[in-house]
Amino acid sequence: MNNITQKFLEIVSDYKGSFDGVAYNIREDGGCAGRQSTEHIKIESKPDGPGLVITIDPHTKGETVYIPACVTKSNINDLVYNDFYVGEGADVVIVAGCGVHADGDAEARHNGIHRFFLGKGSHVLYKEKHVGTGSGKGLRRIDPVTDMVLEEDAVMEMDTIQIRGVDRTTRSTTGVLKARAKLIIHERLMTDGEERALTDFNVVMEGEDSKVDLISRSVARGSSYQEYHSKITGNNRCTGHSECDAILVGNGKVNASPELYAGHLDAELIHEAAIGKIAGEQILKLKTLGLTQEEAEEKIIQGFLR
Amino acid sequence: MLKLESIAWRPQDGEEILKGINLTVAEGRLTVITGPNGGGKTSLAKIIAGLQTPTAGKIWLDGQEITDLDITQRSRMGIGYAFQQPVRFKGLTVRSLLEIAAGGDLCNGEICQLLGQVGLCTQDYIDREVNASLSGGEIKRIEIATVLAKKNARLLIFDEPEAGIDLWSFTGLIDAFEQLKAGRNCSLLIISHQERILEIADEIVVIADGKVRTQGSREEVLPALLENEKTGRCPLHKEVACNE
Ligand SMILES: Nc1ncnc2c1ncn2[C@@H]1O[C@H](COP(=O)(O)OP(=O)(O)OP(=O)(O)O)[C@@H](O)[C@H]1O
Ligand SMILES: [Mg+2]
Repeated sequence: MNNITQKFLEIVSDYKGSFDGVAYNIREDGGCAGRQSTEHIKIESKPDGPGLVITIDPHTKGETVYIPACVTKSNINDLVYNDFYVGEGADVVIVAGCGVHADGDAEARHNGIHRFFLGKGSHVLYKEKHVGTGSGKGLRRIDPVTDMVLEEDAVMEMDTIQIRGVDRTTRSTTGVLKARAKLIIHERLMTDGEERALTDFNVVMEGEDSKVDLISRSVARGSSYQEYHSKITGNNRCTGHSECDAILVGNGKVNASPELYAGHLDAELIHEAAIGKIAGEQILKLKTLGLTQEEAEEKIIQGFLR
Repeated sequence: MLKLESIAWRPQDGEEILKGINLTVAEGRLTVITGPNGGGKTSLAKIIAGLQTPTAGKIWLDGQEITDLDITQRSRMGIGYAFQQPVRFKGLTVRSLLEIAAGGDLCNGEICQLLGQVGLCTQDYIDREVNASLSGGEIKRIEIATVLAKKNARLLIFDEPEAGIDLWSFTGLIDAFEQLKAGRNCSLLIISHQERILEIADEIVVIADGKVRTQGSREEVLPALLENEKTGRCPLHKEVACNE
């Protein structure tokens, strides 16, 4: 793998020189820069197109699988389909970071389509971190699609972070939940300069006593623009909660349109949303602790996106 | 060490709230400001800390005029202010807020000591966010701890530190104030209605209707204040204010 990939791996996959004893696949500029399966986690190429099939045996416990993807130069448009089959009762961590680096005038783009099939009673912590680097004029673009199907009693926690450097992003996430399945999504997003980010969540709770908790925190700085759509559908006795907080700095703009659909009398759906600049009194408080205006803003944003 | 000269303050499009306050806080002393609700105590504290700009008057700290200095500069000169109504932060943890207050990293032992002074158990709070989930008393105590954490303290202002704090923790808080007074060469300015805080004061200042009504040593001022309270008369020299 090249130096840029190496650097990305450190940022997005806690990489420290090697992936020892764990299952991983490193995707670099559309090719494979390393792969390893373990006894319980198999990683195979798709027979019919770009991408992987990741199969996690039932009741696999405590393993982590890394599926990072890196685009390290301009004029690459990488498209990949990865399917994750998580066996019944498995409890694993999946880390799927992505970095794009543009060094020239042309676009550098990664478009990862991840599908998750969580077996009954399985538990997945899915971590996804996105970064853009490079001083080329070409746009850095990451367009992730995440589709999840949670069987009965499955739990998926998705932790997704994108902080600076990605010029354009369209993030689409869908989920279908069976009985007692639980989906928790934490999104943290920061845009700056002329960056644009579109986020779209669509979760359908089909099963009785299923539950979704969607927490999105974002900061729009510079002249950046963010659009946030979420739709939570409850077609059974279920609970859905979404919370969308955005902070504006400078000329940042945010358009948030949350949607709730209750198709059942016992569907309890709540949405909370707040957009605004940093509260003046928060800045005042931190100034009384000795920070300047800029330092105070930085600390508040850091904490907010923690 | 702190000197206020003819401080006046009128909010935009409002009536005059502070009407020529003169006040001196001596080095290493504990001064308690008391007086009726709406009298102007918090307004005065904000003016000292730089959160409000006086419409007239001058402020000195350690012989240097600070009237035109901003909040940050005053903080760096040693002024700390515990808000009457603490601010909540989505995301910032108790640890990070205390570290900001101390101006650098704190070890667990130091955090434990700070939180202990305000009666909080470190384990339960260190990683909590300073957000809406904290109770009124909890956030108030954390607010006080941020000021106790200040390293270069010259003048620490506490605005009704007793508010919302249970009796048991309150005793600990009084100890903390007494220790501060004894241990560091800084002055304390506490805004309070609480008899037990008045009892540890060196000086008591009564502010009502934007003016200093009485100022003197605890021995001079406190007996009359308590007498008024017992007889149910207008408290704290408000008699004067009421008759006006
Ligand atoms: N920004 C403002 N604009 C207009 N009026 C204000 C403003 N701030 C304070 N006031 C008014 O000034 C008066 C003094 O307020 P202040 O908060 O200083 O009183 P206080 O003595 O601290 O009262 P308390 O004991 O209730 O805390 C009140 O009548 C209040 O309504
Ligand atoms: Mg007040």
